[in-house]
Amino acid sequence: MKLYQFVIISVLLFSGVVAAADPQEPPKRSGQESVYDELKKAPDKYSGKTNPLANDSDAAAAGGVLFEEHCEGCHGKEGMGGKKAPSLRAEEVQNAAPGAIFWILSNGVVRKKMPVWSKLPEPERWQLVSFIKSLGANSAQAAQPSKP
Amino acid sequence: MRYLSRNSFCLIRLRFIPFVLSLLTALVSSPAGRSQENPYIVAYDHNLEEPGSLEVEYFSTFGTQRGGPDFHAYWAELEYGATAWWTTELYLDGQTTFGGSTVFTGYRWENRVRPLKNEHLINPVLYAEFEDINGADKILKEVEGHDVEADYAVPNAVARQERTREMELKLILSSNYKGWNFTENTFATKNLSNEPWEFGYAMGASRPLAMKGAAHRCNLCRQHFVAGVELYGGLGDRYSFGLKDTSHYMGAGLAWNLPSGWTFRIEPTFGLNDNSHQFLLRWGVSREFSGFGSMVSGLFRGRQE
Repeated sequence: MKLYQFVIISVLLFSGVVAAADPQEPPKRSGQESVYDELKKAPDKYSGKTNPLANDSDAAAAGGVLFEEHCEGCHGKEGMGGKKAPSLRAEEVQNAAPGAIFWILSNGVVRKKMPVWSKLPEPERWQLVSFIKSLGANSAQAAQPSKP
Repeated sequence: MRYLSRNSFCLIRLRFIPFVLSLLTALVSSPAGRSQENPYIVAYDHNLEEPGSLEVEYFSTFGTQRGGPDFHAYWAELEYGATAWWTTELYLDGQTTFGGSTVFTGYRWENRVRPLKNEHLINPVLYAEFEDINGADKILKEVEGHDVEADYAVPNAVARQERTREMELKLILSSNYKGWNFTENTFATKNLSNEPWEFGYAMGASRPLAMKGAAHRCNLCRQHFVAGVELYGGLGDRYSFGLKDTSHYMGAGLAWNLPSGWTFRIEPTFGLNDNSHQFLLRWGVSREFSGFGSMVSGLFRGRQE
């Protein structure tokens, strides 16, 4: 097999894998099992954990930077949700225990395309939790009518 | 392919050009995603590519050679996260022997699958690779069996006559613990001709220079740098398993993960016994394109009516 033939066949095969493996299913919001139900599967050991950076005033800002770098591609700008991943401003997320969100970040939901983020050190994952939780506060502020 | 006329082959090539251009457009317009890569060049950890992301990588190995000219081997990698539990990767290898020639040495196709859905203290990943390379391949991506420095002193014109088709199976056991990554790879390689199974290992440890992210965007913040060491070598073959007549290496590496999606890696490596190259300098550059899969799928969907 000559090099150019190999390259052509490889590119075609590779494109086939890419196209086949990315069906772009929209995230389920209703139905028998919502994507947010994964949060309920967090073991008690994690759900009971408090955010060790809860009193760190920089944690949410640093989490925002990490979110832009790692999460925004799927979850959308400011966690508004995208074609591939659900909104993080939903009440299911905002009412979830910080430890449950941390557990999802650490374990991913690999069967549903959420990657494992254990490669980020624990403090960075807690910074992300701080940022995700801050999105609820931002939504509430945005919902308030502005003063004339 | 040989039965096609010259005209029909030209036609195929002409039809292929828009396809390649579309793929390149998809690549360029895919947003960059910051990767968090460990500095390993030989060892693998259990962190797979994010689904839909494509990482385009280039690596180089400069190697000293006793009994022959030094060499510069290089390879390109296309690493794609097919799902959150499956990463597939294509390699194209080549090398230049100083005072000799430059040769394309072959390709490899590897797949890594994560069988467990949750994170554990030790996380297994199953790895399978097919490689079709010639004897002039010097990228030293894995050291196996009784590979020794003298094997690489053969002139390219002779070495490239030898064709190797191999299957490689690897068990990757890796842990992330308090910011550290520890990984251990054990592998077995079978030449698809009548050769015995060969064995090898790689292990590594790494840690970011800072555990917390900064509250502002920066390129030189310590959390973007990951330092580590890796150790790898051969373990003989089915008939002579062990350390006798094998080569071993240790390297200290640094990865710089930029927020723009670029990663730079460098790893000076030293041979640990007389069978090993005395010194290897490895470096690499990669860029991650998140959402590449969606862009390509969009191209295909756009043609459907």
